[in-house]
Amino acid sequence: MSDAAPGATAQASPAAAICEHCGTPLAAGVPGRFCCAGCRTAFALLHEHGLDGWYRLSDRDGRSVATSGRAFGEFDHTAFQSLYVRRTADGDAAIDLYLEGVHCSACVWLVERVPIAIPGVVRAELDVRRALASIVWDDAAVPLSEIARFLDQLGYRPHPFRGATREVRRQQEDRVLLTRIGVAGALATNVMLLALAQYAGWFSGMDDQAAQFFRWWSLALTIPAVLWPGRTFFTGAWAALRAGVVHMDVPVALALAAGLLRGAWNTWQGTGPIYFDGVTFLIFLLLCGRGVQQFAQRRATDAAELLGVLAPSAARVCQDDGTVHEIPVEAVLPGMMLEVRAGDTLAADGVVEQGTSEVDGSLLTGESRPVPVAAGDVVFAGTVNLTAWLAVRVTAAGEASRLGHLLREVEAGQRRRAPLVQLADRLAGRFVVAVLLLALATLVVWWPADPTRAIDYAIAVLIVTCPCALALATPLAMHAAIGQAARRGILIKHGEVLERMAVPARLVLDKTGTLTEGRLRVVAWQGDPMVRPLVLALEQDAVHPVARAFREAWPELRAAPDATRHTTLGSGVRGVVGGRRVVVGSSRFVGAGATVNAGWTAWADDAAAAGRTPILVAVDDVVVAGAALEDTLRPDAVSAVARLVRLGFVPAILSGDHPLLTQRAAVEVGIPIAAAQGGATPEQKRAVIAAAALQGPVVMVGDGVNDAAALTAAHVGIGVHGGAEACLAVADVHLAAPGLEPLVELAEGARRTMRLIKVLLGVSLAYNAVGAVLAMTGHIDPLIAAVLMPGTSVLNVLAAWRTRTFPGPAR
Amino acid sequence: MSVLYIVLPVTLVIVGVAIGAYTWAARAGQFDDLTTPAMRMLFDDPAVKPADLPPVGRRND
Repeated sequence: MSDAAPGATAQASPAAAICEHCGTPLAAGVPGRFCCAGCRTAFALLHEHGLDGWYRLSDRDGRSVATSGRAFGEFDHTAFQSLYVRRTADGDAAIDLYLEGVHCSACVWLVERVPIAIPGVVRAELDVRRALASIVWDDAAVPLSEIARFLDQLGYRPHPFRGATREVRRQQEDRVLLTRIGVAGALATNVMLLALAQYAGWFSGMDDQAAQFFRWWSLALTIPAVLWPGRTFFTGAWAALRAGVVHMDVPVALALAAGLLRGAWNTWQGTGPIYFDGVTFLIFLLLCGRGVQQFAQRRATDAAELLGVLAPSAARVCQDDGTVHEIPVEAVLPGMMLEVRAGDTLAADGVVEQGTSEVDGSLLTGESRPVPVAAGDVVFAGTVNLTAWLAVRVTAAGEASRLGHLLREVEAGQRRRAPLVQLADRLAGRFVVAVLLLALATLVVWWPADPTRAIDYAIAVLIVTCPCALALATPLAMHAAIGQAARRGILIKHGEVLERMAVPARLVLDKTGTLTEGRLRVVAWQGDPMVRPLVLALEQDAVHPVARAFREAWPELRAAPDATRHTTLGSGVRGVVGGRRVVVGSSRFVGAGATVNAGWTAWADDAAAAGRTPILVAVDDVVVAGAALEDTLRPDAVSAVARLVRLGFVPAILSGDHPLLTQRAAVEVGIPIAAAQGGATPEQKRAVIAAAALQGPVVMVGDGVNDAAALTAAHVGIGVHGGAEACLAVADVHLAAPGLEPLVELAEGARRTMRLIKVLLGVSLAYNAVGAVLAMTGHIDPLIAAVLMPGTSVLNVLAAWRTRTFPGPAR
Repeated sequence: MSVLYIVLPVTLVIVGVAIGAYTWAARAGQFDDLTTPAMRMLFDDPAVKPADLPPVGRRND
């Protein structure tokens, strides 16, 4: 379908040489049809199994296919299998895998043809929206690692889906709600048809026997509607009353009960209005409102959770015989010796036994600068090994690790959190009292004149003031807002967030990764620009943040050819580029083999004093250039903070980084230095937020594991783009788009949503007032009720649907 | 109007069947994923590999 995706039979033309599999342009003049071994393997796999059709379906837009080439040995480990693998009724094994890189129908086609390619796989089904593949296979015939390797070779890197049990429970809830909505809808439309016939008969005449038949018939359909799908309102109301609060379900249950009982009595008597059409339609509409809100929230939660699945699941353990095995992180035990390669995340707390490297702990501690480690140093799970190979003896794993302690703290925080009583529910309390008083007043006023009519009118008040529109307004407006926000990359996990973000609050921001990019950047270059290609040549494949900073600093430059890298120990790299000896690193590292004159030493000291990381470059043992690196502010940080201040938020910084760096960031974004606190441990962060939360609403924005506990202590916890799994899991909102702009948008959108809800509530209350007056004076007849009842509901639905609370195109 | 006394019970049966079918579908998870099946039905059947076909016989002239 795409021009960039040639068919299997297409010949690679010399003019436009692109990779046969992934469509990456190939270097001219080099023979070959593939860009890498992975693509060649994938092409061969597809061709061998008669799956060339993938190239016809694929609309990959030139996206390249990435293969990790891992062995996935940990997928066969018993600890992994006991956690993620289920048994089907037929005795086969089943697992849900999250696949990276799934985006179109071609992916569905390919993944679901895995059973053809690998004998032993019974079934493979892909949910393309969530990129979850459910695989059923015979584990006696084929190991899971082979299936994982196959998926990986096709470019879909598999990850075990954590939280399958939670998923099953949610699916169950969704199905129950869906069933109720459907049943309520079927019964309501049928009762409505019967009601239409009765209204027609009311105008043009209908014999009593037929009219009475219709009444009994409607009653027969209404009773199951109230008892089956409608029961949820009675259980909700009962639970609220037992807890001593008034919830929106209370007036709804009151109206449903009054409508059903009065209609049944009138049917028995053969006279007077029945409200069955209103009652059944009310159940249907309210359930629909509930449904749309639940499904919109689920979508946002799913998206945030699936991103968390990407965390590494394997650790490499060294056996006594010198071999290395990949095992799942859950199977790591104290005393084991782990091999941690450069770029790997540590799976457990431990002591370094061999090797020298640097560790990036920014997600765990908030510290932006890498920390050097050597034999005997303690390292923590969740930190990233940057420069070189390490052997680590595990001292604490899983729950017992520092990360585990933090996560337990976070869970406890989540349980402690009190739910917000929503605006509509706060209104419901007064509403119920008002309706009951009105009904009582009607009864008292009419009783002396005619007791039967008094009862009739009083019950009419209860039914007509049924808060259908009132109960629908909040879920519908919130659904629309959550849906629109999700398209803007703002994933809101529950509607309370919108209500809480709409009022001014203390806004506590983390520094590293939230206000700043969370990565180093070259901010100054001193000396000969001609050596830049030499630097790039040494840094081109390294994972160290300094190397990445250099690569990003000069995207237009090409690395000098002919480089041999010698060492990447500790804080620098040494090598030979085009016959010249080049050293890049800290002044101590460079000084060990080259002459550093006083000028360069002073330059480096100045940069360090300003909170920057100085890097010197020596060519043929003479320092010729220097670069200053810094974790810079996000480009939109200053304007975003200014706009939030204008919205009434009081900003503050709470960081685990050095106090000096924290204060400098505060000055740059325009936050008073007094409101900037640095050097805070995760525990201190939580304590600070908890204390502030006692004095008023607090919004906490963060990205790291060190922020997670604080996020649960705040009224609203917001996780930013690129944050740690634990942080995103507990955050109420996940900003999936980079920058702080989405934060401003969230605050503005929340205000628009609350304004919309207030307007809708106002309209509903006004309608109810009119209805109550008509009922009290005895002017409600069935037709007026039939028109009035759904009228405002439809108005509410339309208004909620059409209002742009989060304007702007999808991103 | 007497026809109503036959037609209405018939509608009740139809509504009952429809509700039953819907309830089964919802509980069996037919509505869990509304995106992928729409794509899946567009695919052709998997290509038949020559090895899977029955062996070639001799033509009976």
